Amino acid sequence: MAYSEKVMEHYTNPRNVGTLNKDSKSVGTGLVGAPECGDVMRLQIEVDANNVITDAKFKTFGCGSAIASSSLATEWLKGKTIDEALTIDNMDIVEELALPPVKIHCSVLAEDAIKSAINDYRVKNGLEAFELAKSHH
Amino acid sequence: MELPIYLDNNATTPLDPRVLEAMLPYFTSKFGNAASRNHAFGWVAEEGVDYAREQVAKLIGCTEKEIIFTSGATEADNLGIKGVFEMYSEKGNHIITATTEHKAVLDTCKHLEKLGAKVTYLKVKEDGLIDLAELEAAMTPQTILVTIMYGNNEIGVVQPVKEIAAIAHKHGALFFTDATQAVGKIPVDVNADGIDLMAFSAHKMYGPKGVGVLYVRRKNPRVKVTAQMDGGGHERGMRSGTLNVPGIVGLGKACELCRLEMDEEAKRLSALRDKLEASLTTMEESYVNGNTQHRLPHVANISFKYVEGEGLMMAMKDLAVSSGSACTSASLEPSYVLKSLGLSDDLAHSSIRFGLGRFTTEEEVDYAIENTKKAVNHLRDLSPLWEMFKEGIDLSKIEWAEH
Repeated sequence: MAYSEKVMEHYTNPRNVGTLNKDSKSVGTGLVGAPECGDVMRLQIEVDANNVITDAKFKTFGCGSAIASSSLATEWLKGKTIDEALTIDNMDIVEELALPPVKIHCSVLAEDAIKSAINDYRVKNGLEAFELAKSHH
Repeated sequence: MELPIYLDNNATTPLDPRVLEAMLPYFTSKFGNAASRNHAFGWVAEEGVDYAREQVAKLIGCTEKEIIFTSGATEADNLGIKGVFEMYSEKGNHIITATTEHKAVLDTCKHLEKLGAKVTYLKVKEDGLIDLAELEAAMTPQTILVTIMYGNNEIGVVQPVKEIAAIAHKHGALFFTDATQAVGKIPVDVNADGIDLMAFSAHKMYGPKGVGVLYVRRKNPRVKVTAQMDGGGHERGMRSGTLNVPGIVGLGKACELCRLEMDEEAKRLSALRDKLEASLTTMEESYVNGNTQHRLPHVANISFKYVEGEGLMMAMKDLAVSSGSACTSASLEPSYVLKSLGLSDDLAHSSIRFGLGRFTTEEEVDYAIENTKKAVNHLRDLSPLWEMFKEGIDLSKIEWAEH
């Protein structure tokens, strides 16, 4: 199966690879997936006092589509407020990267990673975690 | 050196130009139907087929009459196993195979289970070899067939076929082997090995696609299979259908070349394979899968821990290799062969198979080594698991969200 140009582009030049200090109060970390399933994403956000995401980083163990999905997610997250970030839907990622049906789970994982990072941030800051829609995969 | 580099010779091999040359006349001037007995066109085609039969027979040490031409190894597996099951149904209904067999064997066995066969799927040891004591223990008076592959397509391990055959015969069963990966690569002799039926195909040994062989023993014992296709009664009634004359001629030539060049080729390829393996396993957390003593000369299957196979192959974009990662299959399940060795799913996801071949050069192997190392390092830089491993976190203690 051939990859879309956008997947190749993100895969070749992944944006925002790296690690934020997970112990910092302003950082939220989402670690989703499982090694046995062949993909694990770690997505981190740094949030300022106005609830704006000022930085986002990822590391992903997975196929090209998983890497591209998380790279794209970090790109989208930067500059968004938490509320705006919560509206990112996995189908937006599918569309942007032209993912084939067999790779939709990569986009789902990216959406889960975003939500899980936001929840980590919220819990750290004394807020209630959002109810995560349970596994569509 | 031309890019990309083909290192997937267990999937298929390029046609040797000498094979092509032998085939060409049989597409045009010598186009006759080998079954046309009443004119020169038929005779010429038949001569080509007869000669090919000799070439094939010589490679595996049998007689020409024991060669049944098929469309490939999958058909030969089907014909051999289903044909024995039907032919010997009065004697019993038990078949023994192994979990690491090719799907052409496993799915044929599953099909027969629906028709009343009892099938034992032997597990393999960590190195990919079957346990002979377990085989012996599985034999029953109803066992009609033991089917164990010669060399494995994913990891290249070579089963102790001689010993397996002896156990099968001791208990009155026939021994079938899918030798698709072995014939032409290592010496295979049906008499020395005690093989009663054997399947293989041309395109894994520098011949054309679409042609294969079922070897069926004629003496000690005389083995029979029930035809699985009805028609003109070709191939001594065991496989109807007009013979693929150019393909068969190509298969014959491919067998001849393998017979003449195998020893030298095997030496050259195993040296290159060892070089590749030695270099790549100097990287941290990389492991060779399968027994490293009893194996084919041209295959290396290596797991690079904490990187995922498909992602890795994307980074090795100038190399044509294959992976046991789930992402490369429609099922999203990692390789059942690697899992049979007891490999954890994450190591199975991290595996790459390098299949060298007749046209692989040392320069290409050197390039592959560098390219693979770069790709592994690049992906480890991207991998959260690698980072956690480096921080000394025990990944098995983490509660992963299954999905």
